[in-house]
Amino acid sequence: MEILLSITVGILVAAAVYLMLARNVLRFIFGLILISNAANLVIFTSGRLTLGAPPLIADGALAPPEGVANALPQALVLTAIVIGFGLFAFALVLIFRAYTTLGTLYSDDMRIAEPRSEDAG
Amino acid sequence: MNSLILRVATRYLAGILLIFSVYMLLRGHNEPGGGFIGGLVGATGFVLYALACGTSMAREALRIQPQTLAMIGLGIALVAGLFSIVFSDALFTGQWLFIGATDDDKGYPLSTILVFDIGVYLVVLGSILTIVFAMEEEI
Amino acid sequence: MGQATTDGPATNGIWGWLPVLIPLAIFGWSFSFLGPISNGEVLRFSSDWVPSLGISLSFLVDGLSLTFTLLISGIGALVLLYSNTYLAGHPQYGRFSLYLVSFMLAMLGLVLSDNLISLFVFWELTTITSYLLIGFDNESAKSRRSALQALLLTGAGALALLAGLILLGVTAGTFEISVILAKGDEIRAHALYLPILILILAGAFTKSAQVPFHFWLPNAMAAPTPVSAFLHSATMVKAGVYLMARMHPAFSGTEVWMWTLTIFGATTAVFASFLALRQNDLKQALAYTTLMALGTLTMFLGSDTGYAITAFITFLIVHSLYKAALFLIVGCIDHETGTRRADILGGLGRAMPITAAAAALSAMSMAGFPPFLGFIGKELKYAGAIAVTSEPFFVAGAALLANSLMLAVAGVVAFKPFWRTTGEPLPKTPHEAPWPMLAGPVILAALGAVLGIAPGLIQNTLITPTVDAMLGAPPTEAKELKLWAGVNIPLFLSIATFVLGLALYAVHPTLRNILARLDDMTPSFDRGWDRILDGLKALAGWQTRLIQSGVLRRYMFIIFATFVAVIGATLYLRTDLPTSFEIEPLAAKQWAVIILMIAGTLVTVATRSRITAIASLGVVGITVALVFIMYGAPDVAITQLLVETLIVVLVAVAMLRLPFLDRRGESDHRPLDALLAIGVGTVTTITMLLVLEQPLDLRLTEYFEATSWPEAFGRNIVNVILVDFRALDTFGEIAVVVIAALSAYALLRTTAKEAGK
Repeated sequence: MEILLSITVGILVAAAVYLMLARNVLRFIFGLILISNAANLVIFTSGRLTLGAPPLIADGALAPPEGVANALPQALVLTAIVIGFGLFAFALVLIFRAYTTLGTLYSDDMRIAEPRSEDAG
Repeated sequence: MNSLILRVATRYLAGILLIFSVYMLLRGHNEPGGGFIGGLVGATGFVLYALACGTSMAREALRIQPQTLAMIGLGIALVAGLFSIVFSDALFTGQWLFIGATDDDKGYPLSTILVFDIGVYLVVLGSILTIVFAMEEEI
Repeated sequence: MGQATTDGPATNGIWGWLPVLIPLAIFGWSFSFLGPISNGEVLRFSSDWVPSLGISLSFLVDGLSLTFTLLISGIGALVLLYSNTYLAGHPQYGRFSLYLVSFMLAMLGLVLSDNLISLFVFWELTTITSYLLIGFDNESAKSRRSALQALLLTGAGALALLAGLILLGVTAGTFEISVILAKGDEIRAHALYLPILILILAGAFTKSAQVPFHFWLPNAMAAPTPVSAFLHSATMVKAGVYLMARMHPAFSGTEVWMWTLTIFGATTAVFASFLALRQNDLKQALAYTTLMALGTLTMFLGSDTGYAITAFITFLIVHSLYKAALFLIVGCIDHETGTRRADILGGLGRAMPITAAAAALSAMSMAGFPPFLGFIGKELKYAGAIAVTSEPFFVAGAALLANSLMLAVAGVVAFKPFWRTTGEPLPKTPHEAPWPMLAGPVILAALGAVLGIAPGLIQNTLITPTVDAMLGAPPTEAKELKLWAGVNIPLFLSIATFVLGLALYAVHPTLRNILARLDDMTPSFDRGWDRILDGLKALAGWQTRLIQSGVLRRYMFIIFATFVAVIGATLYLRTDLPTSFEIEPLAAKQWAVIILMIAGTLVTVATRSRITAIASLGVVGITVALVFIMYGAPDVAITQLLVETLIVVLVAVAMLRLPFLDRRGESDHRPLDALLAIGVGTVTTITMLLVLEQPLDLRLTEYFEATSWPEAFGRNIVNVILVDFRALDTFGEIAVVVIAALSAYALLRTTAKEAGK
């Protein structure tokens, strides 16, 4: 499954990159969501996959049974998801604000801070 | 979304989600759950409520500005972390108090860890609601 | 020009007097070291600073550093006393004295450091504080330019110096200077000797303003005059000289050392002497004589005979005394007459008798008349020059020429303004300066005379310990200061100096015009500097326009292309790509999840409908959550599902007001981007496959598993990691979430306000 997931992650990343290179910033945001998911899968998979054994300690036991899933990448991914959401929300608000101010969703046309020096005259 | 049924149903659903979120928060140390998940569940409840009944109603139900809530949460988490200084431990070292502990039973545990998790819960809840409410109002 | 305001209150209150006490206390304290030092002791103080890097804060007091300490603190006290009157009532006086005292302390730290790294830190502190002092008159563009020039030039040198010091420390195996100095033979024989030498000398030459790095020093005249007095006499420019002297035992004795220092020093000395004569501004003329002195000092450091080093340390003291005095005197003249122009000043002797006397004493020391210390210094210079075994004529000739020119300049600066009768009308009626401004010149000038008559005062206390510290123990006669050394070659050279110098003084006005014309015809270093800076700015502008296109897509393209190029190249060069992989048999549900995930991804890319895109993104998110559930991560899965829900809500809300994905008639078809995207994806997959081939280090996980319940009282290990083991990280993360939320909120609120207008 790790290998299959690696390939899937590759596809996810490729799709995300393609979207992030788009002219429309809305597509950029879609790419951002995809690449966040891909990154989380990378971390999760790198810690190896263990079928159906969550890292919980049973009542009365001192330690989890042998062969439970790796808890460390899970903790990393959990916060990464929440932070990724914060980033996404901020980016969404940013493009929304850009749209209401500049009237466009095309990043090439967004030129307030750095106006075209030569051809704008 | 002016359906009365939706509004009434959502009110109950939001309430249930909120109770569930606290449950998730409190059991988080031993079962799946915790501050992040609890906060997300609670936020979902309020978001549903806001979608169905409008943000002004949701704000009223929350009673406190969501951004204030987030800041309070951050403050609580910080205090919980700094508390260990009193016992001259390293920062963010958990401090535990077991009420009524016996040899085989740990009794009711109280800890700065739980306080910290409550801080996380409030931060997540407050932050998400800050964004969602503002989006809905401005758009 | 004269920054002093005479209208204001006459003092700066307590903040004017208090700073004087600091150098005074240090000066008094350093006297207590005279005893042990003259007995040949070397005192060391040390405390660890960064022990892991072998850096310690250690200080060394020997003859050399004590001489510098006394000069710095003594002249510092006089300069601060002087400034309190010179800048009386200046609104920024507090700032000024703060800079000056910090500068002095940095300089003291520099000369007392016994560790290469702490020496460098103090070195840079003098750079920064001198920048603040030169640019003190920050409303003048000239001041700012001069300050920046000094900062950039000495700062660039300091970078070279840092590299050199680190190389030296690594070569010697220690950063302690006293240990390194004992390893001179080892260092000189080392393969890295030449690079180290070049780098360190680059630092020393820029700091000590050797040609061709000299031009910042005359420009540094933009600073208030007391600062110039301090900068030129005992501090800043002497830092480079100090460094060369300090490193002398480790580096000297090779051909490279000798020739580099001799040639640079001699060139600077002669070149600067001519330029000094060319100046009309008294302060500028003095500034160039400093260059001459620095050149001479450097020249003597090239040698390692007892005579040369004795000449070095004696001339160092002589120069500090008379140069500080003369700068302060020029300050007095400027302060009292309102001008510093040599061609109109005259007849001040009557109005300012004390200043005139101090000027005369200092000038005679500078010119090298007996019985002043300057005379001894000059005799020693000639003796030292002759003792330079390889090229005595060159060194002696350069010294003779420079000394004669020096004599002429001394006359121009310190004699003419006072005793020439044909004074032109002055901007202000001259009268004697107040006593705090006279104290410095008088004390320093008198010292020049006293020490000349009784050289024994410094012989055993400063001169001998310094020479011994630098050379081991050379024969006694080489380091003796004598007013009358008998009829010998130095005496004849002295007489030649007087004759030549007086002749130069006599023809000085004509000479000045000729030199000025010559100077104007030759390319100026200062203008060259401007051109370099302009070029640098143009280059920066060009590369900014090239790289900073301001187009988001181009930035993203560059980032991703770099990723592919760098990681791809590393993978290609460094590793064997995985050739075969086994895909173990999977259950249908696993295949289903994977296929759904890929399908959702592809639909997101391909669709032109916003709703379809959001829906397929949701599919991807949920399948990712399913992966988490299948592989034992319930917490993560729940979080993922909840976040997916919220994302859909937010996007849905935003979509209400946002337009369609594509403009009418356009399509989102970008083959080049697709190629790059596939590249990034491929590199990612290959990297992951390689990572998966490596064994996993489970130590952390095992620690968390073992301690989660017994020590942290939690059965959900993931949650325990989040809120207990790594709580500080989590705190940072929730802080980021709050910041993101507040920023988004602020962005939306401003929109609302603007719309409401």
